[in-house]
Amino acid sequence: MHVIDRRRNPTAKSLGNRQRFVRRVKSHIRESVKKAIQHRKVSDLGGGEEVTISSGDISEPSFNLDRKAGRRDYVLPGNHGYQRGDRIRKPDGGGRGRGKDGSADGDGEDAFVFTLTREEFLDLFFEDLELPNLAKKKLKTIASKAMYRAGYANDGSPQRLNKRETMRRSLARRLTLRRPKTEELEALEAQLAKAIEEEDEDAIARLRPLIDAMKSRMRSVPYLDEVDLRFNRFEQLPKPSTQAVMFCLMDTSASMTEPLKDLAKRFYMLLHLFLIRHYRSVDIVFIRHTYTAQEVDEDTFFHGRETGGTVVSSALIEMLRIVEQRYPADDWNIYAAQASDGHNFDHDMSATMSLLDQKILPLCQYYAYIEVGDEQILTESVLWEGYSILADIHPHFARAHVYDPADIYPVFHNLFTSSRQAS
Amino acid sequence: MGEKQLIYRGSEWNFETLRRAHDAIEEIALGELGLDVYRNQIEVITSEQMLDAYASVGMPLMYSHWSFGKQFAREELLYRKGAQSLAYELVINSDPCVSYVMEENTMTMQALVIAHAAFGHNHFFKNNHLFQQWTRAERVLDELSYGKRFIAECERRYGLAAVEGILDSAHALMSQGVSRYAGRRPSSPHEALIKARVREQHRESTYNDLWRTLPVTHREEDTDPSAATETSNDNPSLPEENLLKFLAEHAPKLKDWQREILQVVRNLAQYFYPQRQTKLMNEGCATFTHYEIMHRLYDSGQVNEGAMLEFVQMHSAVVRQPDFDSPRFGGINPYALGFAMMRDIQRICENPDDEDKDWFPSIAGNGKPLETLRDAWAEYRDESFVLQFLSPRLIREMRLFSVCDPAEAPYVSVEAIHDEAGYRSIRRKLAEQYDLSKREPEIEVTEADLKGNRRLVLTHRVRDGRLLGKEDCNRTLRHIANLWGYRVRLLEVDADSGTTINEYDVVAMP
Repeated sequence: MHVIDRRRNPTAKSLGNRQRFVRRVKSHIRESVKKAIQHRKVSDLGGGEEVTISSGDISEPSFNLDRKAGRRDYVLPGNHGYQRGDRIRKPDGGGRGRGKDGSADGDGEDAFVFTLTREEFLDLFFEDLELPNLAKKKLKTIASKAMYRAGYANDGSPQRLNKRETMRRSLARRLTLRRPKTEELEALEAQLAKAIEEEDEDAIARLRPLIDAMKSRMRSVPYLDEVDLRFNRFEQLPKPSTQAVMFCLMDTSASMTEPLKDLAKRFYMLLHLFLIRHYRSVDIVFIRHTYTAQEVDEDTFFHGRETGGTVVSSALIEMLRIVEQRYPADDWNIYAAQASDGHNFDHDMSATMSLLDQKILPLCQYYAYIEVGDEQILTESVLWEGYSILADIHPHFARAHVYDPADIYPVFHNLFTSSRQAS
Repeated sequence: MGEKQLIYRGSEWNFETLRRAHDAIEEIALGELGLDVYRNQIEVITSEQMLDAYASVGMPLMYSHWSFGKQFAREELLYRKGAQSLAYELVINSDPCVSYVMEENTMTMQALVIAHAAFGHNHFFKNNHLFQQWTRAERVLDELSYGKRFIAECERRYGLAAVEGILDSAHALMSQGVSRYAGRRPSSPHEALIKARVREQHRESTYNDLWRTLPVTHREEDTDPSAATETSNDNPSLPEENLLKFLAEHAPKLKDWQREILQVVRNLAQYFYPQRQTKLMNEGCATFTHYEIMHRLYDSGQVNEGAMLEFVQMHSAVVRQPDFDSPRFGGINPYALGFAMMRDIQRICENPDDEDKDWFPSIAGNGKPLETLRDAWAEYRDESFVLQFLSPRLIREMRLFSVCDPAEAPYVSVEAIHDEAGYRSIRRKLAEQYDLSKREPEIEVTEADLKGNRRLVLTHRVRDGRLLGKEDCNRTLRHIANLWGYRVRLLEVDADSGTTINEYDVVAMP
């Protein structure tokens, strides 16, 4: 007989099967991803997702007998008192035989539920998406350095001590230099104590020098010596990266009702997730505006509340200021996404248009405008109408309407569909 | 008695106790019970690995297919939610016989599992005539690994989607992929691979681009005879019940690798065929074996009372048979019925009463229960075993009764109960319940036009008005049509009167 311990075998043997399964049910998964955007709270969009698939779509057909036709005879256990010729009413009046008889090969239309991991979910979420027109601008020379592991060093700061490597060398040294073990010493000392008790002079005379020699050997071959020490070594290497910054501009004025803000936030949430997942080195700048604009952090952007009038140009000016200060256009790929309900003070329109047309759009690789609204209104909003002209002149200016959480994903998908895919 | 040493204490196990338990069990199994087994190989796995094994139909090596991923997702969900616990063991009919045991098991469970799987099932695999006839234990693992490699290779060469399509179709026909009558021994997978390669090489070496430049009219004349010679057998013997075999050999449009994939799936179906016919006996044999062995271990003082209590509790859970009206009822438990029948045979051999002497004159009181059982394990399958050995006493004990269930009626009527008039009828009905050929639709290829319009006709012989499920039938036929490449018809013909009840007609939709 052989006993084989398979527990250490690589796990996830059926990973290949899972991948094939996920591929197979992709369309369903996309559906649930869309639903997830509608129903999930903004803050937990990034988790895994339970996907429900109607079992009809993934059933594997085979020839089997219809349970609703024909006559069947079968034997059952546990008769309580039925006599020949008795009739027993069927439980649900339907064609099903008895009890759960048919559940094994059932005609069940039960939904099949399984859970996607966060990784699988996000992969599908952002499949085929990318930032358009990402050009290799000048590589940033400072700051972008990464620490890489580079073996071990003989000295270093204490927090980098590598205990495993150190102990390995200590053990090797102790073995080769024959450092006596503590147990051996203790055993001899016990013998000595016993000898003293029994007043066995011979033994005492024999053991004492032995113990002394052992102790001195232990002193001369220390448990841990300086030569044993090993430290993790790191090297700093410059990390080339294409730098990009995404400006998120959101109108938070009074006309943006809570549902509208929620729509806009959901859009940015998606954008945020997408960027941090696919483009680790992308900086994101959040700007919200009413009649004044202000740069805020992520949390305030998504969760803050403030209201007021609407001056779109204020946000554009703020963006320009930040670009000048921190993101010189020569070094950075600049992106912007603006969400608004389409309102703007009339006197501000000319300023907005000229800012966009002359300053901002030439700077940007891509500018997306998302208009959120309660329902389809036939008349075009101020901004939408104004932006029509820009959209004709600038090919990298895109705009879209979002009326419902369900639209967000398709719109997002359209705006960022990878060029490979599109061409 | 207690003349021997305890082989273990407590619930923790280690490899030493595992070995001691195996040796003690082997001594009883071979020495006292007279079992005859393949070499044993016991593999310790984790619960996750057990789920993996579940997902790939219990096989240690399996090709990749999305349906196994689906199965895994389902099993995992059930397991994580606690709706289902995992089996303690899994055993492969191969030589050496591989038994998987879970690391979470207690030592008593491990002993039980070794007795049950490594000796009970193992003996059954090695000795039952169906297994001897249908499977070649020494080749099972080779065949599986050949299939896995071949399909992986095809995926690389022809793409995931193409292979998946063929596998989907092949899986749909798996229960029609069995030849019920053993024919020539199939050549070993290694030889098959070599043959396929030689064929491929021959075609490649004789390929001449010049032929492509011939005028079209010439080619049309050419194709027919060449196609006829390509399919080795252009006059298939009909009717043919093995649809997978038929399509693999005769479907006009399939490429060689596609035929080979059908053969791989067909081999798999064939592997399971004896198992599906002997579930009751196989589990009964294993349960009887572990029950005997554990008691003998206890009697000889090799396991203690604590272990025995744990064993009895597990054993009674395994052989529980809920009544038909209990919410837990899920059909007749093969462990319960198999075990009860085998204990009953033991009783009939040792202390028969008058009734037994009437019913089983050949074995009643022969005093050789183990020999009688070993004989039954070797020679019978579920259907014939029930027909031969179900005793009136057991029918009374289990209070079996047979009913007739016409689909259109709102009630089922009781046909026979456990009384003098009913015993034989119940026994016959129960035996039929285990007869695969009666339980599953009987579908055959009845017409195949290989030269003209290439129409394929299948016939389902309908018994007692049991028709095929319409939706599944259409979908399955589409799979067949895709393999066949042309129009496929299926007729449902009443077995008694010969009238056609239903007709399906499906065209290929690539």
